[in-house]
Amino acid sequence: MSTEIFGIEDVNVWVDALIRVLLVVGFMTVVVMGLIWIERKVLARFQQRLGPTRTGPIGLLQSVADALKLVGKEDLRPRNADPWTFELAPYLVFIPVFLGFVIVPFVLDWQIRILELGLLYFVAVSGVNIVGWIMAGWGSDNRYAMIGGMRAAAQGISYELPLVLSLLAVAMVVEVPGTDASAEAARGSLNLNEIVASQHEVPNIVWQPLVTVVFFIAALAELNRTPFDIPVGESEVVGGPFVEYSGIRWSMFFLAEYAALLIMALVFAAVFLGGWAWPFGIWMDDAPPRWAQALVVAGKASLFIFLVIWVRASVPRLRIDQLMGFSWKILLPLMLVQVLVNGLVLVYDWPEIILTVVGLFGIVALFAMVERAVRHPRPRPMTAAQLQGEAAS
Amino acid sequence: MVVEASTPFEASEFETQDLLINVGPQHPSTHGVFRMVLEIDGEVVKDLVPYIGYLHRGAEKLCENNDFRQGIGYMDRTEYLAAHNAELSYVMAVEALAEIEVPERAQWIRMILCELNRISSHFMFLGAFGVDVGVFGTPFIYAWRERETVIDLFEEISGDRMMYAYFRAGGLAWEVPTNFVERVQQVLKSARQGVKDFDGLLTENEIFIARTKGVGVISAEDAIEIGMSGPSLRASGVPLDLRKTEPYLYYDQLDFEPITAEGGDVFDRYLVRLQEISQSIDLIEQCLDRLQDGPIVPEKMPRMLRLPEGEVYMRTEAPRGEYGVYMVSKGGNKPHRLKVRSACLSNLQALKQMSVGQYVADAIIILGSIDIVLSEVDR
Repeated sequence: MSTEIFGIEDVNVWVDALIRVLLVVGFMTVVVMGLIWIERKVLARFQQRLGPTRTGPIGLLQSVADALKLVGKEDLRPRNADPWTFELAPYLVFIPVFLGFVIVPFVLDWQIRILELGLLYFVAVSGVNIVGWIMAGWGSDNRYAMIGGMRAAAQGISYELPLVLSLLAVAMVVEVPGTDASAEAARGSLNLNEIVASQHEVPNIVWQPLVTVVFFIAALAELNRTPFDIPVGESEVVGGPFVEYSGIRWSMFFLAEYAALLIMALVFAAVFLGGWAWPFGIWMDDAPPRWAQALVVAGKASLFIFLVIWVRASVPRLRIDQLMGFSWKILLPLMLVQVLVNGLVLVYDWPEIILTVVGLFGIVALFAMVERAVRHPRPRPMTAAQLQGEAAS
Repeated sequence: MVVEASTPFEASEFETQDLLINVGPQHPSTHGVFRMVLEIDGEVVKDLVPYIGYLHRGAEKLCENNDFRQGIGYMDRTEYLAAHNAELSYVMAVEALAEIEVPERAQWIRMILCELNRISSHFMFLGAFGVDVGVFGTPFIYAWRERETVIDLFEEISGDRMMYAYFRAGGLAWEVPTNFVERVQQVLKSARQGVKDFDGLLTENEIFIARTKGVGVISAEDAIEIGMSGPSLRASGVPLDLRKTEPYLYYDQLDFEPITAEGGDVFDRYLVRLQEISQSIDLIEQCLDRLQDGPIVPEKMPRMLRLPEGEVYMRTEAPRGEYGVYMVSKGGNKPHRLKVRSACLSNLQALKQMSVGQYVADAIIILGSIDIVLSEVDR
């Protein structure tokens, strides 16, 4: 079997895949380091600070300096830690995250692999790193780490559902254009490239406003970002599963975290903001150059990343019960209703404007439900008097 | 080979054990070297045992070996976030024993500095509390910016940023700078903006409300029984403010009401402190209106102060509550016995009652909401 890369014909598919993987992973690692610098700079601006300024011009080399320092540090393992679990955990967090890059559509027809079930693949691999978190929490033999690992598991599983449902809601109704402008459009696709191509006129955020919001929230939770950062909450569990890690292993967790943010941003750009297709369109006579497409995708991904940093700078952390309640009682029912509506639109061929209207109503409902949950909180788990009564009996 | 049927699991075999976790003395949110051992069942706190004493320095005993001027410096170090208020209790105790008449101008400046110190201390609380609740650094920096303006002013006046040692028995160490009034007004302007910023950042934040409302409730009766004081007590609805109930300095000439709240929860303790910043700004403006030129020390002050025999308990309203100094003199230039009544120590006693039955994350913000200064707890 052979394929074509960079105009070279007859390249073995394995060689081709290897070249693509090395290119993407190498490039992305650099981007991730840049991302850490950007986050520190933007966050500093929100807090009226300057951020890193000393390493390189405007602190650009700060991540490099940090990485060098971390690599040079001693790789400590607590004596009571489970050696295999402890040492393998970073890989189980790191590898699934980078596997996600396989399907990310950077520009038209250029990515590692175009998978027919790309979205399913993305959801599948992005869920695996929860295992790594639990392993890190359990293997460290530290109680903070264990609480953090358990929190990560509970949160990861709970927010996987709204995330998957939001992607499903989009995937079931996208109108995939045919191979050329005259061909009949088909509906529904899990192929990320087709999903992007389907948005060449209007991005999905217009048809699916509620789904976009829910995806953003669920993505924050999947990425363990504020306000859903309870697994690593500095003021409570002091870094959670990472508490015993140092040096290169710790930096692998860190790298994985930012790589996950980057992938989530690229998927968000592809699924909801139209990726490389919008606003260029795909059937123009002279297709836009690839660098322009890449710039558009980067801009859309940056928007997502900026929003994430903005949220981080301004909101407190949720409590575990509120976090779970938010997913199961608010996001999940809303997404189920949205999927139902999308199904009706699909079956009865209703106009798509219905989706927009329902989505906007859904956002209002989301705010109303949050408001209600804040004004009428759940009763506390137990009062001191009840606990004493329990102990006495 | 006979395979024995395994007995089905009984409920008792699944008995669970509560987990003990040790929070502190090295933990990001224990506000110093406080340590507490939490017994948790899942995420719910079943029991809490506080341990104090990591910062015990014997400040009171040290004061007994130093004369009345040197003791002021040790008072700074018991309550480093509100050093002026701590000094005030001490010098007022000395003045009461020695029956010194303090000049009017010195009293007004003392009041202004104590209220400014209340502002800086409360801002410190707001910043640290915001971080406890989980905002990454933003409230901390906002609070630090406002606190910094106050601290800069203190530095201009006393030459030190934290350990001022500016009050003296009888008055003040030296005259304030000539642009004192303008500088205070500048600080007040910036503090007023700081209060607005916090209103926007935290008070109206849905997640903040969800996290703090109804958490760590303590009733007025319990709070009084434990001996709480200051904003933590007033948040439970008890209008006890020593500035109002037993006025010292010239607080009786000022127009203000103690700030209280009904709920007694974490949110109310936060809100009372935020409003007290506004109140202090108002009080300082009233003080500035009444500030006159004049001497800052009495005319006939001995070089070495010797007190008559006697004992006195002098309490004032510090930012964290009642800060009292009990002083026994048997003549001579040193106190025979000195005891500091710390508001933080008393308030801390409520921690267990407020935290048991709540979530782990709540225990952290409840500890934050009491606003302890460990050097005052341990002294």
